[in-house]
Amino acid sequence: MSACPDKLLLVHGLADGELDASNALAIETHIAGCAGCRAEHERILALRHTLAQAEASYEAPPALARRLETMLAREGAAQAPDVPSRRASAFARHVLDARWWTGAVAGLAAGLAVMVWLPKEAPAAGEDAIINSHLRALLPGHELDVAASDRHTVRPWFAGRIDFAPPAPDLSADGFPLSGGRLDFIEDRKVAALVYRRRLHVINVFVSKADARSRPGAEDASKDGYNIVRWRSGDLDFAAVSDLNSKELAQFRTLFIQRTKG
Amino acid sequence: MSERTRRFQAVMLPHMNAAYSFARYLARDPAAAEDIVQDAYLNALRGFDGWRGDSAKAWLLTIVRNCYLATLVAQRPDLTAEDVHGPAEDTPEDILIRRHDAALVRQEIDRLPEPFREVLVLRELEELSYKEIAGIVQTPIGTVMSRLARARTMLGDRLKVMEQIAGGQV
Repeated sequence: MSACPDKLLLVHGLADGELDASNALAIETHIAGCAGCRAEHERILALRHTLAQAEASYEAPPALARRLETMLAREGAAQAPDVPSRRASAFARHVLDARWWTGAVAGLAAGLAVMVWLPKEAPAAGEDAIINSHLRALLPGHELDVAASDRHTVRPWFAGRIDFAPPAPDLSADGFPLSGGRLDFIEDRKVAALVYRRRLHVINVFVSKADARSRPGAEDASKDGYNIVRWRSGDLDFAAVSDLNSKELAQFRTLFIQRTKG
Repeated sequence: MSERTRRFQAVMLPHMNAAYSFARYLARDPAAAEDIVQDAYLNALRGFDGWRGDSAKAWLLTIVRNCYLATLVAQRPDLTAEDVHGPAEDTPEDILIRRHDAALVRQEIDRLPEPFREVLVLRELEELSYKEIAGIVQTPIGTVMSRLARARTMLGDRLKVMEQIAGGQV
């Protein structure tokens, strides 16, 4: 007993829930009066039952999951949009240049680095230098020199390592927790770097000592997907860089200034 | 790891079992299936910007199938008659002796010719819609439907599902 040739696909469509209401009604009515089509419909459901009982699907072996994670990590790092390849050569020069890592190892997950730079004869650090230092800090294996969320740990750590005491206000209540700090170099000048976070973003704050030769009022900037905000407070210059949006980064600056004074 | 990669993981990694199962039924070899899935995820990541946000599973399985087809092209000189047509038929006695366990069901699915095997796996194991299947195997929906009906007839006959489900319990 076999199904009506002109109804066969509709019977399968019914079993697969692919028919609209009117077609489903029509074929159900037909099945009720046609033994051949009814048998076909039952065969479909019986096969489905057998396949479900047998649990015929395969599960991916655990080793495959590990392979994929390794591959994704490697691939993700290689093509992450926040590490454009055209910056790689500039970065390679930094890596080959021993000056920066002798004094400072950049923070691993640092998304929010606040840099303080020490202007001497040169003007305020350029955007490229700030962004490069930020990217360097994001590289795997670049630990924070001091990893702590407590400003009472981070701030004293800089004593004796740099000739000023960078403020490290506690902004965790505002959603900007402190991760730690490190020494860094921006355009050959030693700076204090504070690392804050905002969700998955890292903010590097670079702090340097302002002096007569430093360029006053360097402006905020946005470049290659990174935002930089700058300010001066007392005798220190600040530059915060992150891939965080400019609005929240500006909010970060406002809070940083408020909490420093408070 | 970038946010893009993180998002890719969140959206695509949950379908790893589906990708592996489909690859396994296409290639009928565990090691080849793993390679196909890894290849598929790599291609999916690189092409992630082209994903339009519709069914992630269907999109991923399309790539799995393309990767499988790519391995076929690379290996074509090695194809044997058995690869194409499946092993020789078992006698009815052989079939009756065995139980309908996963091994038997999987073996019988493996013996279906590829055009029927893939639509059956996508429909019955992955529960994709006709439209999604048509997109993956790149044929009209009508072709998907006729292949699916034929695949069910072949598999149902081999598994003798009507005898197995005695008394019409479905």
